[in-house]
Amino acid sequence: MTEITTEKARIGAPSAQPFINGFTEEGESLSPINSATSRAPLAGEAVKRHSHGGGVGIPDSSRAGRLTSYNLADFKPLTGLEEDWRFTPLKRLRGLHSEVLSGAAPTVTVSGPEQVTVETVARGDKRIGSAGIPEDRVSANAWENFSEATVLTIPAEFEADTEVTVVIEGTSTEAAAQHLVIVANKFSKAVVVLNHQGSAVVSENIEIVIEDGANLTVVSLQEWNDDAVHASSQQAKIGRDAKFKHVVVSLGGDLVRVTPSARFTAPGGEAEMFGLYFADAGQHLEQRLFVDHAVANCTSNVLYKGALQGRNAHAVWVGDVLIRKEAEGTDSYEANRNLLLTDGARADSVPNLEIETGLIKGAGHASATGRLDDEHLFYLMARGIPEDVARRLVVRGFLHEIIQQIKVPALEERLTEAVERELAVTNN
Amino acid sequence: MSTLEIKDLHVSIDTEQGTKEILKGVSLTIKTGQTHAIMGPNGSGKSTLASTIAGHPRYKVTSGTITLDGEDVLAMSVDARARAGLFLAMQYPVEVPGVSMTNFLRTAKTAIDGEAPKLRTWTKDVKAAMAQLRIDADFAERNVNEGFSGGEKKRVEILQLELFKPKFAILDETDSGLDVDALKVVSEGVNRAHEAGNMGTLLITHYTRILRYIKPDFVHVFVDGQVVEEGGPELADRLEEEGYDRYATGAGAATIAAAAQA
Repeated sequence: MTEITTEKARIGAPSAQPFINGFTEEGESLSPINSATSRAPLAGEAVKRHSHGGGVGIPDSSRAGRLTSYNLADFKPLTGLEEDWRFTPLKRLRGLHSEVLSGAAPTVTVSGPEQVTVETVARGDKRIGSAGIPEDRVSANAWENFSEATVLTIPAEFEADTEVTVVIEGTSTEAAAQHLVIVANKFSKAVVVLNHQGSAVVSENIEIVIEDGANLTVVSLQEWNDDAVHASSQQAKIGRDAKFKHVVVSLGGDLVRVTPSARFTAPGGEAEMFGLYFADAGQHLEQRLFVDHAVANCTSNVLYKGALQGRNAHAVWVGDVLIRKEAEGTDSYEANRNLLLTDGARADSVPNLEIETGLIKGAGHASATGRLDDEHLFYLMARGIPEDVARRLVVRGFLHEIIQQIKVPALEERLTEAVERELAVTNN
Repeated sequence: MSTLEIKDLHVSIDTEQGTKEILKGVSLTIKTGQTHAIMGPNGSGKSTLASTIAGHPRYKVTSGTITLDGEDVLAMSVDARARAGLFLAMQYPVEVPGVSMTNFLRTAKTAIDGEAPKLRTWTKDVKAAMAQLRIDADFAERNVNEGFSGGEKKRVEILQLELFKPKFAILDETDSGLDVDALKVVSEGVNRAHEAGNMGTLLITHYTRILRYIKPDFVHVFVDGQVVEEGGPELADRLEEEGYDRYATGAGAATIAAAAQA
């Protein structure tokens, strides 16, 4: 990467020099999923050509150089070789990247404290665009095609004692666009649960504004039917001394791709981003997150955990953390753990950490993918516990670390049961 | 009254150099109420015998039998053996992340008894057993063996022995790595389980130290995968004095033994 002209410590970002033929530091450079559709060279070149939107001195592979635009036309048609699409089976997107999204959007039903306002607004509403801007073609396609948006507002200084539940119910599999805006006004405190269910083919943009001193938790549950295809860009803008907790739980759907981001806009912000996914045979569950430390003295902590079982169960986790030059005093950590329960499942895990200043408190990244440990199983079984129960004990324990972060008892209980059901499916 | 009978047991493991025979024909009969000590130098196959009885997949039985009251133990899965009444206190208990001790103990007890223990008495039993073994109450909330010291892990093994009430307990070098105080606490636990009746014990050890606290009825000396000498408790005293040198086989070992005597 001769383009790097500024001083940067870039850990985990793709290298132009593959150290194993056909592989970059990040792993396979050519997605086998999409390779049949193109004759393009390996990703080293492909990544380099994808260089719009950057600026002087920003290497094209830096997350800071990613193209963002409200216009679909600014994004080239996807080939599957793009860095951010290389793991996604485009054929299974059912047109989210290529068709006009004219289907009926899933219905939105909100329940919760009456102080929280819910509005259905037209495209021209001034709150639209306040926290998000598409970063990929599928998100831009939704932005171009949505007809109305739901805006949720948690009033200033209001502390909700029960959660706000947003049921997003899909009823059609015609490709559709969805738009939601969640605004947590100053010093408010609330938990918002987005419950995606039913059948849908939908690209969704969710904008999340956390104003100064607010404390917002957003839990996005994907409990779709087996035929659902869901792409969800969930972008948060975090104000001064604000706290944002984001939990992604993906269990159902044929293809689910969630791309959350947390952008700090003022000092003192705190972001915690958790994820739990359980991929069954044939399921593609993808999560790509971005934490943008653009200002000083903010803290972020990321932990995603997944279990995979069955043939062609596929999970993808890509975590980009960018600590910009201005972001002195940053404290940041990201980790991903995968548990492969059977043969034939695949987990891709790519933690990327870019650090542009040395004046930080800490920055770390970690990733581990493994099987159930035979010695763990032997120990439990040697105490009379049958193998299937022993496996469940270990997997439940593994995933519980994420569930217990939600801190809504009824929801924690429901998710624990959902995990049990997943485990019962194959009885691996 | 139960009987655990091991007859002419041959066990191999797969190594990078090929298959290696570790046990070369071991026969042993243990009855309820008896304590058998198996002693021997490192690498003699003592721990292999323990793991084979428990059913660890690494060890392949090539011939011979293990029966519990006539039932074929070798045909049972690992968990079935435990439910049939065999308990292995492990030499190196593993940490199981994400599974709390409380949950683990209750799940195991339920599996072994075939029904869930009564919640009120069970909680009381666990607390009392922990107190007797001087295990801190907060261990119950921690994950299985996670972050426990070597001595704490051994105490937790004996805690399970006392709670699960097996027909036969196999203690695989439970004494190694324990200081004298911990050794006493652990030995008392084994003796309590023994006095409660209905248990036979196979005590595997390298040292005679633990035999001051747990009195064996029989002592078997293990060398190179075979029992080379058997006797009563007096044999342990003799081993204390003389060590294992006189059992050494092969010219090299014999020379070393001779040199030591010179």
